[in-house]
Amino acid sequence: MIETGFFYLFSGLAVFSALGVILSGNTMYSVMWLILCFFNASGLFFLLDAEFLGIILILIYVGAVMVLFMFVIMMLEVNKAVKREGWLQYLPVGGMVALILFIELVAAATSGIFTTDKMMMMSHFGAEVNNTVEIGKILYTEYLLGFEIAAIILLVALVGAIVLTIRERKDAKYQNISEQVKARKEERLRKVSM
Amino acid sequence: MVPLSDFLVVGAALFSIGIVGLFLNRKNVITILMCIELMLLAVNINFAAFSHFLGNLDGQIMVFFVLTVAASEVAVGLAILVAYYRQRRSIAIEDINTLQG
Repeated sequence: MIETGFFYLFSGLAVFSALGVILSGNTMYSVMWLILCFFNASGLFFLLDAEFLGIILILIYVGAVMVLFMFVIMMLEVNKAVKREGWLQYLPVGGMVALILFIELVAAATSGIFTTDKMMMMSHFGAEVNNTVEIGKILYTEYLLGFEIAAIILLVALVGAIVLTIRERKDAKYQNISEQVKARKEERLRKVSM
Repeated sequence: MVPLSDFLVVGAALFSIGIVGLFLNRKNVITILMCIELMLLAVNINFAAFSHFLGNLDGQIMVFFVLTVAASEVAVGLAILVAYYRQRRSIAIEDINTLQG
């Protein structure tokens, strides 16, 4: 019973804060709403026995990605630049698309295809099952190739972000290592006959 | 005991809100990125729900990969925004259409 209560708390707050993300005029407030949304989604993950993913969602999303959003918003001063004139112009079309999609998804979800007896009776694991250990067991064996590809994607994104934003300054003093290595004794030393 | 369909409805609601947000905030690139994050989060909730109710951990591995790709997408997207802002002093969507080839 208490689990159902927590489910409605988390999901209601998640949907409410998602509405806050798209409706608040200030981009900074949108980030704050999105942080609340991620916290609640993390609670849903905990209800689903996915403790590792819940923690990852808070640590990586709230701790890193959202802070990155905040840094960029503060650096770019978009709050003043963005005007919301005519923002309701596309609401009928977008609302219609989203409403139809939502109705279809809800119809598919509640049609009973996904709620067989076996899936309804799924109970929680006991305290002896460690979610992180179980994930590690199949992530490093069965999904090893995917794991390495994910690592390469992260590396490429890291290098790409640095290359896009690096700025060479003319007045900064750099060390030119190849010039230093190429230097010969004859270029630097001069014999003086006394 | 919360049934699977309730989790799927929450995922559908978050996904639809993300789509509406794309239409409403189409002048603000950062909010568009946040709406994409919302849609990916909805997909992640569906993956985790199916993973739990099928008793199979593969869904959680998929969430892991989706999180990886979403994080790198945000990093590169924001880096492009910063680079563009340096050139133009603006990131309004109407000005970005000069990027077309």
